[in-house]
Amino acid sequence: MKEGLKRLDLIFKNEHDCEVILEKSLERSNDELIEDLISSGLKGRGGAGFPTGLKWKLSAEAEGKEKYVICNADEGEPGTFKDREILSSVPHKVLTGMAICGRIIGSQKGFIYLRGEYKFLIPELQKVIDGFHELLDKLDLNFRVEIFVGAGAYICGEETALFESMEGHRGEPRNKPPFPTDAGYRNGPTVINNVETLAHTYSILKYGPEKFKDLGVKDSRGSKVFSVSGDTPIPGIYELEFGMTLQKFVDDFGDGDAKAVQVGGAAGFCVPRKKFDKTVIGYKGKLTGTSLPTGGSMMIFNSSRSMYNVLHNYLDFFVEESCGQCTPCRVGTQQLLLGIEAVKRGDKSSQYLEELLELAETMRVTAKCGLGQSVANSFSSIVENFREEMIY
Amino acid sequence: MNEQVNLKIDNLSVSVDAGTTILAAARKVNIRIPTLCHHEDLCVAGNCRVCVVEQVGVDRLQPACAIPVSEGMEIHTNTMKVRNARKQIIELLISEHRAECTTCYKNGKCELQQLSNEYIVGENGFIPLVPLKGYTIDEFSPSIIKDDSKCIRCQRCVRTCDQIQSIGALTVAHKGGEMKVSTFFDKPMYEVVCTNCGQCVNRCPTGALTEKTYINDVWKAIDNPDKYVVVQTAPAVRIALGEALDMDPGEIVTGKMVAALRRLGFNAVLDTDWSADLTIIEEGNELLQRLKRVLKDKDPNVKIPMTTSCSPGWIKYIEHTFPDFLEHLSTAKSPQQMFGALAKTFYANKIGVDPASMVSVSVMPCTAKKFEANRPEMHASGYQDVDFVVTTRELAMMIKQAGIDFLSLPDDDFDSIMGESSGASVIFGATGGVMEAALRTVYEVVTGREIPFDGLNVMPVRGMENVREATIKIEGALPEWDFLEGVEVKTCVAHGLSNAKKVMESVKNGASDYHFIEIMACPGGCLGGGGQPLPTSPEIRQKRADAIYREDAGKKIRKSHENPEIVQIYEEFLVEPLGHKSHELLHTSYSPRNRY
Repeated sequence: MKEGLKRLDLIFKNEHDCEVILEKSLERSNDELIEDLISSGLKGRGGAGFPTGLKWKLSAEAEGKEKYVICNADEGEPGTFKDREILSSVPHKVLTGMAICGRIIGSQKGFIYLRGEYKFLIPELQKVIDGFHELLDKLDLNFRVEIFVGAGAYICGEETALFESMEGHRGEPRNKPPFPTDAGYRNGPTVINNVETLAHTYSILKYGPEKFKDLGVKDSRGSKVFSVSGDTPIPGIYELEFGMTLQKFVDDFGDGDAKAVQVGGAAGFCVPRKKFDKTVIGYKGKLTGTSLPTGGSMMIFNSSRSMYNVLHNYLDFFVEESCGQCTPCRVGTQQLLLGIEAVKRGDKSSQYLEELLELAETMRVTAKCGLGQSVANSFSSIVENFREEMIY
Repeated sequence: MNEQVNLKIDNLSVSVDAGTTILAAARKVNIRIPTLCHHEDLCVAGNCRVCVVEQVGVDRLQPACAIPVSEGMEIHTNTMKVRNARKQIIELLISEHRAECTTCYKNGKCELQQLSNEYIVGENGFIPLVPLKGYTIDEFSPSIIKDDSKCIRCQRCVRTCDQIQSIGALTVAHKGGEMKVSTFFDKPMYEVVCTNCGQCVNRCPTGALTEKTYINDVWKAIDNPDKYVVVQTAPAVRIALGEALDMDPGEIVTGKMVAALRRLGFNAVLDTDWSADLTIIEEGNELLQRLKRVLKDKDPNVKIPMTTSCSPGWIKYIEHTFPDFLEHLSTAKSPQQMFGALAKTFYANKIGVDPASMVSVSVMPCTAKKFEANRPEMHASGYQDVDFVVTTRELAMMIKQAGIDFLSLPDDDFDSIMGESSGASVIFGATGGVMEAALRTVYEVVTGREIPFDGLNVMPVRGMENVREATIKIEGALPEWDFLEGVEVKTCVAHGLSNAKKVMESVKNGASDYHFIEIMACPGGCLGGGGQPLPTSPEIRQKRADAIYREDAGKKIRKSHENPEIVQIYEEFLVEPLGHKSHELLHTSYSPRNRY
C-alpha cells in the first residue's frame, strides 16, 4: 500500500491488564478521573458525539436512589459492524470502563443492551462477564453487569427508546428533558455509552488523557473505529485517526472509481466526489470545510451504482424502522419514499423534489428523536448532489 | 409559593411556576398554540408535533406541550419557520387520514378539520396514503365504531384507556408506516376487554373512534304509526345537552329537553330519574339485607362490601378483571334497565298498549348503555327491554335535524307515571351521587330519622377526588335494625376504572373494611360519560357537577322513598322491595369474562 492513512491499534490491542488498570484507577478520586476524561476530549462514538466526561459528571452530580451504567450495543445503523468486533475481541475493556463509570457515578448496576441479531455473542461474552465479576469481588467493587437482549428494532438504539424497551415497554423515544443523566432507565440517573466509547475510556485510564488527545484534531480527539463497506477491495474494520479528509480515505480504501461515500450510515450524509477533499471526518467544530460526525460507517459507492436506488433503500429502511410515534417521522418517511418514486415514474414533476426537500427539513427540526431528525441528512445530501439520478 | 420562572413568548413577558410547559405559559397570555395529541386529562405525549415553536438559540423547533419553561427563555410561536413546519405536519396528517369530511360523523367537531381550516388553503399536499393501506372499519360493537383510516395516531385513546381506565384495550401495534392503534391480536372491539365506556370516543380528535349511532332506528320507530315510542332520559343528560346546542357548560335544560323530545314525536316522555329512585329502594334494601345476613345471621355465603351496579362500563370491567368478585355486585339492574323492564310490562298495561308494539328508547350520557341494552339477560319483559340507546350527542343531533330552536323552547314536564323524580335521583349523574342517594334513604329506613347532614347534603361523598371514603355511624336504630346500632357504616366512592381497580385490589387483598362501594366507570361519574357533548375537561365536568347539585337542591322531594310515583308502583304493582316481581323484573345476574 502506498503512503496512506496511519492505522492505529489502540482499541484492538490485546491488553489483559484490567486488574492493574482497575486497581490504579480505583485509588484515584472521582474528580480526578472525570477531569482526565474531560481533558482527553473523548466524545461519544455512537453518532451524537456528546462529551463523555461531561456525561459522567452530570450523572455523578444527579440525585437518585438507583443509578445505572448502560452499554449501548444495539448496533443497528446500516453499514456499521465495529461494536460487534469490539465486544467479541476486547470485551474486558468495555467492562472496565463500565465498572469505573459505576464507581464514579455511584452505580452498582450495569447493563449491556445487545442487539437481537448479536445473540450469538452471548456465550463468550457471559464467560468474560463472569470472570470480570470475580475480579470486581477481589477488588471489593460492588458492581454487576447484565446482558439485556433487544428484539431487533432499530429505534431501540435511541437511548430513551432503549430504556423503554428495557422496562418492558414498546420501544418509543421519550420527550427530553429529562435527559438520561437525570432520569434514564427506571427514572434513575443513567450513563448510556456506546461500546466503542467505553473501550476508549480504558485507553484513557491506562495511558492518560494526553496520549489520547495527541491523536486527532481540534474538537475531534483520539482514534475512531470505522466500518468500511461498499465498493472497496478491502472491506472491514479499521481504527484511524480523526481529522482525515474523505479524499485521503477514498485514496486508501476506494476502488479507484468512488463517486460518493455515505458517511455515518443511513442516518448520515452522502458526500459526492467533488467534495471529498473538502470534507473532514470528525465532529462538528471550528475546522475549515465541512466536517461530519460519524458512528463509524463508511459506505463507498462507485460509478456503477444508482444513487436513486441507494436512497430508495435507505427510505425503505426508515419507513420500516420509524417507531411511528411522531407525525414527521411516521408520515414524513412514507411521503419521501412515495415522493421519489412518483418523480421517477413521472407522476410528479421534478419540482416536487423541492417540496420533499422542504419536508425533509421540517422532519429535521420537528421530529421527536434522532431517527426522524436525521432522515434529512441522507435524503437532502443525495437529492441535492445527485438530482439528475432522481429524475431520469 | 412555587419558584417563578420568567420568559418571553412572542415578546410578551410571562412569569409562571417552574415546571409549567411552554404551552400552558402561552395560554396564560392568551397565545393559542394549536395541539392535537395534547389533552388536559392525559399525560404529555409530544407525538403529533403540531405545537412546535421556535426557541431563540435552538436550531430545532420545540414541542410546546412537552418542554418546561426555563429562566430567560425566548419563544416565538408565529415565525415563518414555525408556520411552515406546522402546515407541513398538518398536511402529513391529512395525507394519512381518510378526509371524507362531509359525510363524517365528526364533521364540524373534528380537531384535524379545524386545523386544516386554519392552515391549508386550496393546496394539493402530499400523496394520499389511505388507499395504500387496505383499512377495514370495525363496526361490530353495539357501542363503538373504530375506523383506522381516520386515525392520526395521536394516541389519546391509548392513553385514555391505559391511564384513566387501566384497561389497555387499545394499544399501539407495529411500527413505522404500519404503526396503528389496535386491540389484542387486532380482534374487533367487542371481542376484547373493552368496557364500551367511550372515554376514547370523548378524546379522539377525529372520526376514528365514534359511538355507533341509532338515530335512524329511532326516527323509523317514531315515523311508524303502529309503534308506541317511549323515551327515558338519564340524570346526566339534562345538565350537558345544552353544550351540544350552543349553550355553556353547567346549564340545566331539563324542561327544554322534555319539550324537545315531545316535538321529536315520542309518544311518552318519561324519566330515568324515576327508575333511579326505584334503584335506590331496591339496592338500598339489598344492602340492608346483606348487612343483616352478614352482621346478624353470620351467613358466610353473603358478600360485603356490596358494590353498585348502575354503570355498565364498570360491570363489564369487573366481569373481565375481577370475575371472582361478581357476588359483591348489587343484583339491582341499572335505572335504564329497570325502566325498560317496567315500560313493557307495568306501563304498557297501564296505558293499554301492546308491549309488542312498544319501542323503548333511552337517552344516555353513555356508550356502554348501548351494550347493556343488548345484553341477553335484558329481556325481562319478554321483549328486549330497551330497544335503542342514543347518547346526549345523538339527541342533540336529532334536535338539530328536526329544526327545533332549542334555546327558545318553553319548559315542559315529564309524563306520568314514571316521570316524577326526587333530588336523590338527579345526583346519580355525579360521582358519589348514588352513594348519597342511598344513604339518604337507608339511614332513614334504619333510624326513622333524616340523615344528619345539613340540608341532606352528604358532603363527604361529593367531589372529584379519585377515591373518597366516608363513615356514617348509625345511632338510634329502630328495633328491626338493632344489630346496626352503633355500627360505623364504611363507604367508598371511586370514579374512573383505574380508581375502581385500586379499590377492588384493596378488597381483593383484604385491606379494606368497606360495607358499600359506589363505582362509576367514567371520570366524574355519568356527567363525564362517553356519550356526553365534546369536548371534556376537568373544568367542564366540574360545571356539570355543580349543575347537578343545583338541580337536586331545587327539588321539592329530595329522597327516593318519598317520590310519590315510587310509592305508587309498590302499591299497585311491585308490592314490596326485593319481592317476587322485583326479582323477576328489576334484578339481574353477571357472567365472568376472560381477559383475552
